[in-house]
Amino acid sequence: MLIGHKPKEFLLAVEALTVSFDGFKAVNDLSFYVEENEIRVIIGPNGAGKTTVLDLICGKTKATSGSIQFHGQELTKLKENQIVQAGVGRKFQTPSIYDDLTVFENLEISFPRGRTVFGALTFTRDTIVRDRVHEVAEMIFLKDRLNMSAELLSHGQKQWLEIGMLLIQDPELLMLDEPVAGMSVSERVKTAELLNRIIKDRSVLVIEHDMKFVEDIAHKVTVLHQGQILSEGTMDHVKNDPKVIEVYLGH
Amino acid sequence: MTDNRFVNRSELIGILLLAVFLVVILPLCLDVFRLNLVAKYLTYAFVALGLVICWGYGGILSLGQGVFFGLGGYCMAMFLKLEASSVENTKIQSTPGIPDFMDWNQITSLPLFWKPFHSLSFTIAAVILVPGIFALIIGAAMFKRRVGGTYFAIITQAVAAILTILIVGQQGYTGGINGMTDLRTLKGWDIRPDHAKIVLYFFEVGCLFVCIFIAQFIRHSKLGRILVAMRDKEDRVRFSGYSVANFKIFAFCVAAIFAAIGGAMFALNVGFMSPSFVGIVPSIEMVIYTAVGGRLSILGAVYGTLLVNFAKTSLSESFPELWLFGLGGLFIAVVLAFPNGLAGIWGDYVHPRIDRLINSSKPKSGDGWTDSSVADGAPAE
Amino acid sequence: MFGDYSIGDLGSIFVMQGFAGLILFSVYVLMALGLAIIFGQMGVINMAHGEFMILGAYVTWMTSNLFQSYLPGLFGGYFFLAMILAFFASGALGMLVEWALIRHLYKRPLDTLLATWGLSLILQQAYRSIFGAREVGVELPQWMLGSLRVTESIEVPINGAFVMALTLLITMAVAYIMYKSRWGRQVRAVVQNRIMAGAVGINTEKVDRYTFGLGCGIAGVAGSAFTMIGSTGPTSGQLYIVDTFLVVVFGGAASLIGTIASAFSISQTQSTLEFFMSGSMAKVLTLLAVVGILMLRPQGLFALKVRK
Repeated sequence: MLIGHKPKEFLLAVEALTVSFDGFKAVNDLSFYVEENEIRVIIGPNGAGKTTVLDLICGKTKATSGSIQFHGQELTKLKENQIVQAGVGRKFQTPSIYDDLTVFENLEISFPRGRTVFGALTFTRDTIVRDRVHEVAEMIFLKDRLNMSAELLSHGQKQWLEIGMLLIQDPELLMLDEPVAGMSVSERVKTAELLNRIIKDRSVLVIEHDMKFVEDIAHKVTVLHQGQILSEGTMDHVKNDPKVIEVYLGH
Repeated sequence: MTDNRFVNRSELIGILLLAVFLVVILPLCLDVFRLNLVAKYLTYAFVALGLVICWGYGGILSLGQGVFFGLGGYCMAMFLKLEASSVENTKIQSTPGIPDFMDWNQITSLPLFWKPFHSLSFTIAAVILVPGIFALIIGAAMFKRRVGGTYFAIITQAVAAILTILIVGQQGYTGGINGMTDLRTLKGWDIRPDHAKIVLYFFEVGCLFVCIFIAQFIRHSKLGRILVAMRDKEDRVRFSGYSVANFKIFAFCVAAIFAAIGGAMFALNVGFMSPSFVGIVPSIEMVIYTAVGGRLSILGAVYGTLLVNFAKTSLSESFPELWLFGLGGLFIAVVLAFPNGLAGIWGDYVHPRIDRLINSSKPKSGDGWTDSSVADGAPAE
Repeated sequence: MFGDYSIGDLGSIFVMQGFAGLILFSVYVLMALGLAIIFGQMGVINMAHGEFMILGAYVTWMTSNLFQSYLPGLFGGYFFLAMILAFFASGALGMLVEWALIRHLYKRPLDTLLATWGLSLILQQAYRSIFGAREVGVELPQWMLGSLRVTESIEVPINGAFVMALTLLITMAVAYIMYKSRWGRQVRAVVQNRIMAGAVGINTEKVDRYTFGLGCGIAGVAGSAFTMIGSTGPTSGQLYIVDTFLVVVFGGAASLIGTIASAFSISQTQSTLEFFMSGSMAKVLTLLAVVGILMLRPQGLFALKVRK
């Protein structure tokens, strides 16, 4: 491992991160580093603190101690919207889209322009926006549903829409929380294809239970257990780590 | 709704119909007394309009809009009161030249915060800025700390209670429970005779349409869609890079300023201002106007206000007991059965039938009253 | 403002005003307990809570009238029966309201606020139609009149002391029900995870209805106690509703201790300030302080830090 190295070449450097809820340490002295264009998958049993790690990086939960550096910028001091503007995107576990708006409007809101109150008032839907929305809609298989109320989409389509919303945001670090959970087999295949296409040119942090899927995409795997790193490395390395086998099979 | 103009064709028709109703039909059909009554009702329509933006679109329920209505109204009333309290009008007082209620309360000189209200331009600025800044402070304090929903509603109630007690208690400075009465002239122009009432009515309707157009603009801007998005999934908006608090503060301030303009119009048209329009009860009543009109409907807010107030006047004249039952029932019915109010009934039942009758080629989705989006109050579960 | 008083004087003032504050405290606690159960456990804002209290007050008034006319010999004990009747009357009305209105609105808290406000208007007008617009007062039995001499200079009115004792008793009963009984465990289970509670066989609808009924029933008892220290009119309940909500919110919605502590601090602040300024200014300052503190600490005084 690279402990001791200057983490300058890393896109994301998480160091000694700890958060406690009423004394319970959901994440305990956690350190890991993500390089540019790396695809990192976090696995671990339920309650290992996986989602909490994403919550901490995107600012949804405030860390008790430790640091999260993104491009050398300290994220723990920033507000959620500032973290997004710094280039971190987050997809939630359950599809989080705006039911009352159309697919087009859902995507348009995520377009990174006019994010202030005044900017939103004077925002105009010009050709750049339209073209980009159409382009993304095509990628997420929703091209012919642009004027449909998002409420009417199927579960899988809602997941794609949220991925599309992140895509249009164009983050340098994309965080996905169980992107294929609850999908049918055919949707799963399409999603894997979609993810494989969008993870190019950016770093991705994924939480996933589907081992087949993990094996397909992961450059590196981090195994969390009780808020700490149990094992880290390539999929093969992790799979043969006796500690991992103990945690997964011993219980 | 893929086009981005701030008024589409059928909305324009709706606005024109309202304009004909308010500018032509009502003045022709009503005597001056009744027209002045309409003017009084329309002052509440400003509040209802603000609540469409703040509550209908933004999902922020303020139960303290009376505070802003009152602040706007008192600012205007202070100017008018000062003009009515010229030295020659008040020479029988022990201190001439100050408002009568100050004299009754043994105050011998005009308090400092009253002095700028000699100027009309200062007053007009104050009507907008005082409530606007007050809303900004409350909004910033609450929304930056992520206080919302029912907590926010309760806090706004408390603020309404505080302001009422303060106004009633400090009668030397505010006129107390009676408020500021006997307002006479605006820059020497008598606001009491019939012809003045008519002019003021048209002036008010003009201001109302300005506010309607502002509301239309906000609704059709991206900001309007962000408000809807926020009401639905606040976190998603936050994680799309927006400062949710700032957008809420903006919506709350717009609602406050609209309410304040309504209050100022009230002082002009009705000729007095009192704490009975500030407190908890009137503040909640103002919400029902919006709810009856349809919380998502800009024009519905105007119709809802007029309808509830006409019902109130006619019912409470003849059957005072029935009115409270009716009002109470209205609150329950509008929440349980008609969460989208008149606009919802129009959009769901009336408009499609008219369409079918005329059998025109106009698509149903483009009607000017309702928004295609569903209220957070739509039958859930 | 303290300049004109010696330290000894100030001590007496605080003690005397403290007793006055304790009666206000009792009313706040009784009102707030029911509200806190309903708001804290169910997330429902019941704007008609004051009217449930007033129902209890009217029931007490009617009971006292009945005793006076038909059982004058037992008049000294009417209050205990009245309290029980008040509890069941308000509780039953509460359960009816939950069934007819509240259960349709669990996912729409803001709408619940408006609907219960409508309910409060209807109840107020119903009281006015049935009992008249004039305020009514109950006659206190003989043993409740007069005061207890504690020391040479301090006297405690018996009715005030009685209300305080009652408050203590009800608070303990509520604490027992919510934290020690099986039923309280079910309520807390439903609060924490409705779906899971349903899955392990708790009838969540029944729990909701009884919780709401209990909260309203306690309001009814509060109304009984209220007749001891004030007169009852159709709109008397409305005067307390915002204050009581502030008590609940200030204490941290789900905490019984918090509710009591916040009722105590708010009532004591107000009655102490009342000695130095007019009642209305004391109220303004108290409310301002509460709102100010809530802006700094919106989760209330006693909220736990939990993962959302």
